[in-house]
Amino acid sequence: MELFSILVVDDEEDFVETLVNRLKKRTIDAVGALNGEDALELMGKREFDVVILDIKMPGGMDGIETLREMKKVQPLSEVILLTGHASVESSIEGMKLGAFDYVLKPIKLEELFPKVAQAFEKKDSHNQKIRSAKIKESLRYW
Amino acid sequence: MKTSLYINLQRKIILIVLVVSLAPLILLGGIIYYQFAGMYKDKIEEQIRYRAKAQAEAVDVFLKERITLLNTVACTHTFSELTDEKRLSEIFSVMNSKGGAFVDLGIINNNGQQVAYMGPYDLSGLNYYQQPWFGEVVSKGIYISDVYFGYRQLPHFIIAVLRQENRNTWIMRATIDPDVFGAIVRSAQVGKTSDAYIVNEAGVYQTQPRFDGKILSKSHLDTALFGRGATVFELKNGQKGEVLYAGYWLKTPRWLLVISQEVAEEMSGLLVTRNVEIIIIVLGLLAIIMTTVFMTRLFVSRLREADNKINAMNAQLMHSDKLAALGKMGASVAHEINNPLVVVMQKIGWMEDLLEEEDLQKTKNLEEYKTTISKIDHHLERIRKVVHNMLGYARRMEPRFEEVDINETLDQTIDLLENYAVINNINIQTDLSSSLPIIANDQAQLQQVFLNLISNAIDAISKDGLIDIESRSTDSHIVVTISDDGPGISKDKQSKVFEPFFTTKDTEKGTGLGLWISYDIMEKMGGTIMFESKEGVGSTFTVKVPIVLPEKK
Repeated sequence: MELFSILVVDDEEDFVETLVNRLKKRTIDAVGALNGEDALELMGKREFDVVILDIKMPGGMDGIETLREMKKVQPLSEVILLTGHASVESSIEGMKLGAFDYVLKPIKLEELFPKVAQAFEKKDSHNQKIRSAKIKESLRYW
Repeated sequence: MKTSLYINLQRKIILIVLVVSLAPLILLGGIIYYQFAGMYKDKIEEQIRYRAKAQAEAVDVFLKERITLLNTVACTHTFSELTDEKRLSEIFSVMNSKGGAFVDLGIINNNGQQVAYMGPYDLSGLNYYQQPWFGEVVSKGIYISDVYFGYRQLPHFIIAVLRQENRNTWIMRATIDPDVFGAIVRSAQVGKTSDAYIVNEAGVYQTQPRFDGKILSKSHLDTALFGRGATVFELKNGQKGEVLYAGYWLKTPRWLLVISQEVAEEMSGLLVTRNVEIIIIVLGLLAIIMTTVFMTRLFVSRLREADNKINAMNAQLMHSDKLAALGKMGASVAHEINNPLVVVMQKIGWMEDLLEEEDLQKTKNLEEYKTTISKIDHHLERIRKVVHNMLGYARRMEPRFEEVDINETLDQTIDLLENYAVINNINIQTDLSSSLPIIANDQAQLQQVFLNLISNAIDAISKDGLIDIESRSTDSHIVVTISDDGPGISKDKQSKVFEPFFTTKDTEKGTGLGLWISYDIMEKMGGTIMFESKEGVGSTFTVKVPIVLPEKK
């Protein structure tokens, strides 16, 4: 049984592949996407708890645009932005759009992990609230 | 080499100014002097010419009077009257009582026989028939002789007039008193060097000259040089220098009245003028030279100071330009390195993960793999740190202003490093001014600067030493100095201290970016960071933070 599901979105194939492998090895349900369009397509098919999204992707949709669309498709998924030094300002913009946090590249998995865990917890507690709210709601009409 | 440039400039300016100002002065002085001297000389010549003419006329008048007097006496008396010695004596005394200046008087018959004589010498009965003047007076009626010794052996001259009395022709002859005559001529001698005398056509002195020569001796004058009217010329005369001669021919005898004058005496007035002029010009020259030299020196030294300032400013500008360019390049290189670094770090992590798998656990080189991976990881970490710093530099934003207490910031920074210092037995002493204003600045960036400087100081000392941290305020800045008693920075390295990647530490310890970043931070803040260092004594870094007071809320 996987702990939770993660979608990794970055234009660097080697990076996506390796990170997905390493996450999988830690029994996380990880899936990779190389651009915003693919990522959104995947999100349309299934749910992800946490998305790790590169903020700067050449060609097609950039990170901020993708983030905006993701929040429409799966508002509850928590997004952690990956950013280079030149794009810290965009990350702040991304956080305003509802991203959970941002991390500076390059990053070690050990540093990334706590953030992913926090994001998942947040999403989970949010889900719990929704579930209990739903229960309350159904009980009302009982 | 630079100095010689200024000395050359100084020389050129002095030379040009001196030539331009002194040349006209000297030229003007010279021209005025020569003009004046010429006029002065003309005037002297005019004077001496006038004197000669006036004196000659006076002598002419004197001679004419004597002739008239003799004629009058001869015409109003008969031969028999005058040959009466008694009568002659009466007439002679009457003539002399009215200033006649006659020495003697004689009556000579037509045979040349002196028939009557009145005078101090015993000349009665002498026959003048053979004398050359006798024929002259007979043919011309009037005769004035040159000066001669005659029977009496004294220099004298005579005037003789012819009288026609019916058939009888006789001559009246008088000797002119040479003393009286000489005195008249000599009355033109003025001053110390002026002379007046008369010479005949042959240049023989007819009166006693004041200086060279004796009466009746030959003078050195060439009378042919003197023309009609008054003639003036200058001659060189041995010891006396230049002598001015003016001559005027008398009307009656062919005698030349000469007045001579040493030029030097007459020119003494001019000499005084010339000396005064020379003194004035020399003083003027000295004043001009001194002023020029002084002003030029002043000017050149000012110029030099200004040049030095400009050079220093240029050097500083070039230095900051260089650092900025290096920064941009470094950042773009770092950016390019960062992208592959992201992948490499993940790949290493993946390899590490895979080593945990069971089948690989049995590999005989497992430990070797693990250490290799951890080594790679360690060095990747170093790359990451450098890239991080470089990119941090590139994206560094304009300072964010907040209220900052410099002393508090320093204390916090020292706290961070305290342990590190204590371990190395380094004592940090602080002397913080209690009257620092709270300023508007970026605390994080200031802290980074202080952190860099203090940790550099600790690294420089390495073990056992003292760090002094001091803060004080001036009108416009808060000045923080951080001094260490480490080994100091050698002269050749001092210019590179603020360049990126310059470090004296081991590669493990420093990236060489700390001071470079600190420099950039201070520059952007409008402050400065400087240092002084002496090998074997230590280094002092001085940070000047501009005082900008926070806006009141």
